[in-house]
Amino acid sequence: MFDKLTQKISDAFRFVSGKSSITEKNIDDAVEAIKMALLEADVNLRVVRRFVNATIEEAKGEKVLRSVDPGQQFIKIVHDKMVSFLGDARQDLVLKGPDTISAILMLGLQGSGKTTSSAKMALRLKKEGRKPLLIACDLVRPAAVEQLSVLAHQIDVPVYKEEGATDSVKVYKGALDWARKNLIDTLIIDTTGRLQIDEPMMQELSRLKEVSNPDELLLVADAMTGQSAVDIAKAFDEKIGLTGVVLTKFDSDTRGGAALSLKTITGKPLKFVGVGEKPEDFEPFHPDRIAGRILGMGDVVSLVEKA
Amino acid sequence: MSVFSDKIKNFFGIGKTLSGEVFEDLTDLLVEGDFGAAGAYRLADELKDACKKEKVADGEGARKILAKLLEAMLLKAKKAVPPEGGGLAIILLLGVNGVGKTTTAAKLADKMRGEGKKPILAAGDTFRAAAIDQLKIHGERLGVRVVAHQHGGDPAAVVYDAVEAAQAGGGDVIIADTAGRMHTKSALVEELKKIDRIVESKAKDARYIKYLVLDATTGRNALAQAEIFHQAVSIDGVILTKFDSSAKGGVVFSLAEDLALPVIFLCTGEKYGDIKPFDSKTYAEEFSGLV
Ligand SMILES: Nc1nc2c(ncn2[C@@H]2O[C@H](COP(=O)(O)OP(=O)(O)OP(=O)(O)O)[C@@H](O)[C@H]2O)c(=O)[nH]1
Ligand SMILES: Nc1nc2c(ncn2[C@@H]2O[C@H](COP(=O)(O)OP(=O)(O)OP(=O)(O)O)[C@@H](O)[C@H]2O)c(=O)[nH]1
Ligand SMILES: [Mg+2]
Ligand SMILES: [Mg+2]
Repeated sequence: MFDKLTQKISDAFRFVSGKSSITEKNIDDAVEAIKMALLEADVNLRVVRRFVNATIEEAKGEKVLRSVDPGQQFIKIVHDKMVSFLGDARQDLVLKGPDTISAILMLGLQGSGKTTSSAKMALRLKKEGRKPLLIACDLVRPAAVEQLSVLAHQIDVPVYKEEGATDSVKVYKGALDWARKNLIDTLIIDTTGRLQIDEPMMQELSRLKEVSNPDELLLVADAMTGQSAVDIAKAFDEKIGLTGVVLTKFDSDTRGGAALSLKTITGKPLKFVGVGEKPEDFEPFHPDRIAGRILGMGDVVSLVEKA
Repeated sequence: MSVFSDKIKNFFGIGKTLSGEVFEDLTDLLVEGDFGAAGAYRLADELKDACKKEKVADGEGARKILAKLLEAMLLKAKKAVPPEGGGLAIILLLGVNGVGKTTTAAKLADKMRGEGKKPILAAGDTFRAAAIDQLKIHGERLGVRVVAHQHGGDPAAVVYDAVEAAQAGGGDVIIADTAGRMHTKSALVEELKKIDRIVESKAKDARYIKYLVLDATTGRNALAQAEIFHQAVSIDGVILTKFDSSAKGGVVFSLAEDLALPVIFLCTGEKYGDIKPFDSKTYAEEFSGLV
């Protein structure tokens, strides 16, 4: 994995290794390499600019100038900057205590992985000792209710559904009643996939938000998403308001630049990653791992520390 | 059509004269359209040269040249195999998870029936929760026969049965759905090869067409998907879904240029009618904001 980018950066600094003088050109060349690598990883162009500017500032400071190996030092700065952009500390769900009912609203584009992630989330909460309820509020996609029911059965978590329902708000209200009677402490609401530019569908989501007053509004986004990740996240955040992001399908070979775009644009923490189709394939988000992947550098920190 | 086209239109602007800055801005727009960074720089340079050579100095003229260059890229793809024609046809849809295979299968069934064919849907996704139900609901709504087995069954056997049903006079075009699978998971790609072998041996005389379904919101990873699936089962073309999203679909140009893969259909919504044949000229013109 220590591929072209690391090589290019090392090349940019090669002639200055061990010297105390380092030219702007060295840094510019290295920055150009970073920029291209991030774009190829699908980081949005505007986000790339922001990231690169922040990196240059730091790279031109004392640390790189004085270091024995400026190339390695630069790589470390880029990596650390990436980790801080992605969110230094790991962020769990923020839910109310088990004596009251918390709600998690899952939202996102069609096919992003909402239904699957709802079940994954339920399994995780169940293992933590909570009592989750899956609520089938996608009344549009053929067999969406059935899909959620099958998954709920697999993980042995209750599911609330209403046969023939057409109003998701009404389903939610029914679910809340049921939850109260059955000692449920966490509601996980699966919703219909929708484009952020589909106004009527966005309004439906607003209504669902209003009535459920969720503790978490999680954008479920595909890690393979390209440049439009920024438009998607911005619109969902502005129109509905997000508390966090779940990134799915990280078991693909995508570099996953969407992670950086989503975080930078919304400022909302990346909370979980989906790494497969099974209910167990769900992990907390680790910024350092994803940083190395976006940069195509593997485990940079240990590389630099060894150097 | 999109905000993107508007942006391109604006910045080329009628009567605007071309400067170096314009070409830099164009590079940005291309990158933001998922065109790929390296490709964007290259294309902007090509455009600059072409404008110089043809003595074009105004925005409108440059935009027309851009459309031509983009169309030329698309024409590097191999010729599409037409799904029309006599005898039995088998259309296999494949792709990663959630891109729109099942929905597209239903759209194709509806389209074929409208063209006087007798389609059969094969529920080749026996893996995902309720995938069979999903296809059956489409089949019911459309009045199209669905050949299905149990959840967990062998997808190759489902397609085999669908071919038998067709050969017994039950239909003349099979549209086979498959489970979403990551191109990186070799066991799942092997399963796809097995379906492939069954079809090849069971329906030797049929026209067998394999379409890779790609989601327009996918970034550069679409290329990796195409490359690996193409290597495994040699696909005939691509169906691009969710083109009604805010994504610009710039990756299509790389598919044509790097892998010679043509796009066959463009899907623009969740309704059955939201599918249309892909046209290179229109796509290039739309991308460059001419229409
Ligand atoms: N490989 C992989 N597949 C996933 C992951 N998460 C979800 N999927 C798959 O992606 C596909 C779509 O997932 P769903 O959960 O149905 O997506 P959705 O957002 O509910 O889709 P709609 O309801 O149609 O909008 C399914 O095939 C899932 O099995 C993941 O982390 N990795
Ligand atoms: N906006 C839009 N949505 C689409 C389009 N095509 C499919 N969808 C939606 O995308 C979601 C996933 O579609 P499916 O057909 O289930 O995708 P799939 O590839 O079969 O998914 P898996 O079988 O889970 O891998 C559904 O909610 C569809 O309604 C399209 O062209 N535009
Ligand atoms: Mg769903
Ligand atoms: Mg499917």
